[in-house]
Amino acid sequence: MKIRGKVIKYGDDINTDVIFPGRYLAITEPEEMAKHAMEDLDKDFLEKVKERKIIVAGKNFGCGSSREQAAMCLKYAGVEAIIAKSFARIFFRNAINQGLPIIECKEASSDIEDGEEIEIDLDKGVIKNLSNKKEYAFKPLPDFIQEIINAGGLLNHIRKRLNR
Amino acid sequence: MGMTISEKILARASGKERVEAGEIVEANVDLAMSHDNAALVSKIFKEIGVDKVWDPDKIVIILDHRAPANIIKAAEAHKSIREFIKERGIKNFYDVGEGICHQVVPEKGYVKPGMLIVGTDSHTTTYGAFGAFSTGIGATEMACVWATGKLWLKVPETIKMVINGKLQEMVTAKDVILHIIGEIGSDGANYKAIEFYGETVKNFSVSSRMTISNQAMEAGAKAAIVPPDEKTINYLRDRVRGEIEPVYSDGDANYESEMEFDVSDLEPQVACPHTVDNVKPVSEVEGIEIDQAVLGSCTNGRLEDLEIAAKILKGKRIAPGVRMIVIPASREIYLEALKRGYIEIFLRAGATIINPGCGPCLGAHQGVLASGERAISSTNRNFRGRMGSPDSEVYLASPATVAASAIEGKIVDPRRVVG
Repeated sequence: MKIRGKVIKYGDDINTDVIFPGRYLAITEPEEMAKHAMEDLDKDFLEKVKERKIIVAGKNFGCGSSREQAAMCLKYAGVEAIIAKSFARIFFRNAINQGLPIIECKEASSDIEDGEEIEIDLDKGVIKNLSNKKEYAFKPLPDFIQEIINAGGLLNHIRKRLNR
Repeated sequence: MGMTISEKILARASGKERVEAGEIVEANVDLAMSHDNAALVSKIFKEIGVDKVWDPDKIVIILDHRAPANIIKAAEAHKSIREFIKERGIKNFYDVGEGICHQVVPEKGYVKPGMLIVGTDSHTTTYGAFGAFSTGIGATEMACVWATGKLWLKVPETIKMVINGKLQEMVTAKDVILHIIGEIGSDGANYKAIEFYGETVKNFSVSSRMTISNQAMEAGAKAAIVPPDEKTINYLRDRVRGEIEPVYSDGDANYESEMEFDVSDLEPQVACPHTVDNVKPVSEVEGIEIDQAVLGSCTNGRLEDLEIAAKILKGKRIAPGVRMIVIPASREIYLEALKRGYIEIFLRAGATIINPGCGPCLGAHQGVLASGERAISSTNRNFRGRMGSPDSEVYLASPATVAASAIEGKIVDPRRVVG
């Protein structure tokens, strides 16, 4: 799978409370969650994400709460992939389970600038910066995780598995 | 090569002789815990399309995050959970007022050493204090656990953390774990398990061990395990059913790293806005004015926490203009605190007592902060906007530091207030 798009860049330790504030946790509809994505971090996020679909961030992205709403709100707001130096473990799982591709790549995370256009090849493990032609290699996710992402998330994946 | 506690528990749970760090296993879950987010879990569960949950006796649900409901949406969510548990025969349900999940689950006897426990809450690591492998997962995964009882897990590497030294008076487990998080960083244990050893940990009460296993999540820990001893067994004996079979690591187990901490000279610690690893000794932040002081949470709302605060507040008044909010972590703790007179001390000091639950910790209700306001709190997170307005600030500290600061209206070293 290839994903192409422009980048929104953030820093280190972007936590689940700024991605999806606790005051909205009673919401169970993904479309409604999306309206509050990144609300306490970046008031312009919903405007930016209309044009730019890939987040590039620093270390420990998604640290904090186990709230899956953090991954859900980003996905339903239109984010198509997240590249970071590292992810907090529960967010890492939640993103996969929402079918949202996430990539750990330190060099790409440092180099790629806000607004640049990139292309990610998930199968080959390559990120191309289309603005300056620079390429970055990353270790592709294991096959069974790619299967979950390709199915559109764990819910679809388990439905297939149980109905097989 | 021997195995760590995590490796042994995950080997047993996945039906294998042995597993090693880095291996991915499909494990059978022993206990699945959810709180108010069971509303989202049950909604996803219904979308999977299976009728029955895998084992209703292995599912436990506690309402604590918005308890009692603060908005109609929360009330509807609670209602949907009450309907769901009836439909699916889930009897292990604790409604509004019983307490915070991480206190109620061990208190009611669901936790035993060696168990594999997952919960839809990051601080599920708390049960590591009893020698369980216990970790947080998301709602979709929990729905799948409810359907199948299984979950994929990567066997984590383990950090062996040895903590030695006799703590000074008014310096507690909270100060120790904040200090450690300050040292190793907010991702210092990401993807990893921790095993706690050393004389300080041995001397800790079960409550204090719960504090470190809970707060260790803020260094990213996947599990934070204290090997069981007599104290563990004494706490569990009258609460659990069946045998208690502790799991210990082998002498030649493979640790990712070993860290040693000497805490004998440690002064009270404070985690400053807006990250939990922004930790400073209290002497560096003394004098910062506060609007609110919060005593409670799954980290520090237990009897010993209320006890030390009551000792400090006895016969004193909290500073004019400061709101102090006290939240006993469970009904059991609330009743005991009443009996011992702590609640009366808090009320006479001018504090507000909130029913057992998460209270304002996650910024949902019961004491959220306005813009420009500042709180000192015994809770576990100080992220921007965590307790209310994105323009407010949260300083994390021990119950002793919270209580002393409430009296002075500014952050203060509790050793000075008592001494």
